[in-house]
Amino acid sequence: MSLIDQTAVELLSNLTSGNLTSVELTGAFLDEIERRDGAVKAFLHVDADAAMAQADEIDRNRTAGKPAGRLAGMPVAVKDLLCTVDVPTTCASRMLENFCPPYDATVVARLKAADAVLIGRTNMDEFAMGGSCENSAFHPTHNPWDMDRIPGGSSGGAAACVAARMAPLSIGSDTGGSIRSPAAMCGVTGMKPTYGRVSRYGLVAFASSLDQLGPIAQTAEDTALLLEVIAGHDLMDSTSVDRPVPKYTETIGRLLEGLRIGIVPEHFGDALDDEVDAAVRESIRVYESLGATVKNISLPHGKYAVAAYYIIAPCEASGNLARYDGVHYGRRTDEHDSLIGMYSRSRSEGFGPEVKRRIMLGTYALSSGYYDAYYLKALKVRRLIRQDFDRAFDQVDLIVGPVAPTPAFKIGEKADDPLSMYLFDLYTVGTNLAGICGISIPCGISGAGLPIGLHLQAPTFEEERLLRAAAMFQRATDWHTRKPSPV
Amino acid sequence: MNKPYTTIIGLEVHVQLATRSKLFCSCSTRFGSPPNTQTCPVCIGMPGTLPVMNRKAFELSLKTAVALNCEIPRFTKWDRKQYYYPDLPKGYQISQFDLPLSQNGYLPISDSKNQFEPKRIGIIRAHLEEDAGKSMHDEAAGVADSRIDLNRCGTPLLEIVSEPDMRSPAEAKAYLTELKLLLNYLEVSDCNMQEGSLRVDANINLHIDTPEGKIATPIVEVKNMNSFRAVERALEYEAKRQYEVWQETGRKLGDVPKSTHGWDEQAQVTREQRSKEESSDYRYFPDPDLVPVATTDEQIERARASLGELPAALRTRLEQTYNITPYDSDVLVNQGRDMVEYYIEVADACGDGKPASNWIQQDVLRTLGERQIGIAQYGVSAKALGELIGLVKAGKLTTSRGREVLAEMLASGKSAEEAMKGMGIEHLDESALEDLCRELLNANPRIVAEVKEGKQKAIGALIGQAKKKNPNVNPARVREICLELIEKEN
Ligand SMILES: [Zn+2]
Repeated sequence: MSLIDQTAVELLSNLTSGNLTSVELTGAFLDEIERRDGAVKAFLHVDADAAMAQADEIDRNRTAGKPAGRLAGMPVAVKDLLCTVDVPTTCASRMLENFCPPYDATVVARLKAADAVLIGRTNMDEFAMGGSCENSAFHPTHNPWDMDRIPGGSSGGAAACVAARMAPLSIGSDTGGSIRSPAAMCGVTGMKPTYGRVSRYGLVAFASSLDQLGPIAQTAEDTALLLEVIAGHDLMDSTSVDRPVPKYTETIGRLLEGLRIGIVPEHFGDALDDEVDAAVRESIRVYESLGATVKNISLPHGKYAVAAYYIIAPCEASGNLARYDGVHYGRRTDEHDSLIGMYSRSRSEGFGPEVKRRIMLGTYALSSGYYDAYYLKALKVRRLIRQDFDRAFDQVDLIVGPVAPTPAFKIGEKADDPLSMYLFDLYTVGTNLAGICGISIPCGISGAGLPIGLHLQAPTFEEERLLRAAAMFQRATDWHTRKPSPV
Repeated sequence: MNKPYTTIIGLEVHVQLATRSKLFCSCSTRFGSPPNTQTCPVCIGMPGTLPVMNRKAFELSLKTAVALNCEIPRFTKWDRKQYYYPDLPKGYQISQFDLPLSQNGYLPISDSKNQFEPKRIGIIRAHLEEDAGKSMHDEAAGVADSRIDLNRCGTPLLEIVSEPDMRSPAEAKAYLTELKLLLNYLEVSDCNMQEGSLRVDANINLHIDTPEGKIATPIVEVKNMNSFRAVERALEYEAKRQYEVWQETGRKLGDVPKSTHGWDEQAQVTREQRSKEESSDYRYFPDPDLVPVATTDEQIERARASLGELPAALRTRLEQTYNITPYDSDVLVNQGRDMVEYYIEVADACGDGKPASNWIQQDVLRTLGERQIGIAQYGVSAKALGELIGLVKAGKLTTSRGREVLAEMLASGKSAEEAMKGMGIEHLDESALEDLCRELLNANPRIVAEVKEGKQKAIGALIGQAKKKNPNVNPARVREICLELIEKEN
């Protein structure tokens, strides 16, 4: 097996034992990026020299017997919305094309402290708004399984780079499915942790009450490893939760005895592609064969989740993105004759159409006269959705279902139909609205050779349960070992 | 004096809280540093940064709210007030909208000169918010050039909104004076209007009595007032102006939108400010980056316990314990807590509140004023001043001689006794004084004769001579003794 095909856990053990240097490993992944990313376009920015220098330093420290961090020498790709000192952090937007933050996001700081090698910045939908990576202001990312198709989004680059073996580990962000959906489309494992589990400090905000950073990797074990490094309380983020981080990697091998699985019958309706339906049902049988019991549960307000999400997220976005006004940093128009003119021209030049659409949606929904009918009502629905999940988790340990209605669609296929794009999120937005955790794991390949994802959701702070359940599945199946054919 | 209308005034006061660091980051709040040197990624709103509430600012707000007799809801939250302005880098201000940290309080005001009856001014709410930066417009060069200083951006402000309970500019000024005094006693703000740590906006209109009943004029918000005196003048001007406009146009409340007028200190007039192009919709919504704040009974009790004795209670205590007039207690209390403590020590040391108050008002305050210092920097301790007043009270010094001694004490730092010794002042006993007077009378038979003829004024010359012979003589006593001796001769 070639170096880059190994899991992060295997690579780490070789790095630790001294069988492998970070320079060799980082070099191998950089070579693969060089070879493959011209076509996949998962990355927006790769500084090979900086990555190699970092790898070299970590190797030297190890040789000198200095203490090594948890991920010492391991390359990690980072979605281009995590602020990193002196590294372009563009959010795939013209607005921030030249923005280099003077500070590290907490997650970046933790990766650095763990001696991870920051190998590159991955592509995304502009400001994480989208589900296909087509909304990047710079270029779309292609699905390594079929170069005509989308990799999912918004963390499309983050998932594609792991699928194409250009990085062993990668950080994405998930506001309504933006980690899980591309993980499903690209045949990798991706987790959205509980809201508050991972610090948002330095994550350029899309919708603050929904955004959460999470790991993307080949396997559940690798996901556990990365989560262990990035999770934990942060004084810089008031919404991060002060709660110890379990040793996910130590418990992940343990079987979940008497696992109770809930399925939502409505999730297997007309919207669901037949092949996805079959793969998900087959996966549930796998769990049954491992001793799980299955029960139908109801999430009665689930049908309002997409509507509530597309009110709440744009409302928060309209506020979060107000700072991009051309005054202090970011894009400023060359032509302006007045303050208002400068604002509106800078913003119309700097933002792409989807970002503008969501800012307008949010601004409208928060305007006086509409606030109660839209924003407040959406908050009420959100509370009901949370209650639905609470009740469901009284009866079951996990909710299992599809991640997305279909496998990856063609680039451009939904470009003129934002509504069908929004409806693509119907299985994932509930997790964010409820603040619980969810994971996507590979569970099949369609007739067209496209990966299919299985969605597991657990109550707040039950990442350990999710990871153990995912690992159980991955010990029983080999979908996660499939990879796109090499170029 | 009797006007055909009642003036209705409500005030919005923004107070900068005396915290070392800003409301949502750890930058310093110091005034007067070079532009943009007290900023960080959080307070300049860079992408990805998050606010974290300053506990101290919340405590100071709570303390103030309790002192203003406010109700403290057990749950309060943060909201984003959204608008675009270059000195507001995030495009929104973090403030409190529908669930402020306190509401429904009051501040009693009174006037020691009795221009109005004592009353309570209602407080609608007091809430915490972050300040914006400062825009500096330089249009001198012909081309408009705006610069922005974000040092102030994120500084904690407590906004205290009164009910429209004030009925005259004098009441408005009294409310502001009392509020500022309270804030000083609480040590929650330095209330420096020049540095912008206390800002006042006023809402004013008139209720006019007409044969058809009471008519309200449109409400005007008055801004740009840089002193309490300016507030009073601006409101006086504005009331007159509104009455004249009403007489001319008959416009009532509701006929025109609320307007904003700025006070022109130079011209002593209010001028209408360019109204915003569209009515402002701030699109408030709860800030998802901050968690709501739960206020506990213990926190409120701790705040209450930390208040100390407040101005209104202190005035009453001084009047009752030291037997001074409301006017005097007002003057002393208005000087601040240090001065009250100083006064009490002086009064206790000399055993009499009245002269203690007089000496402080006439002598100490003048020196403090001349030297632009506070009582803490004043060179004579309360104990030493009390001792001096005691000597004057006992007749061992005249008041004017006492002033000279005080000046010496101030210059040298000596005690009253030491200063007197240094100045050669010693107390003459009665027999010595009598000997001196007798000697003078013997030497001045003409004066004695004049007095006998009824010209008592002639004694004056003897007093002058007595002082020359011994500067410590008490002139009144010399006069008395001389008259007695002449009387006896008859
Ligand atoms: Zn700051």
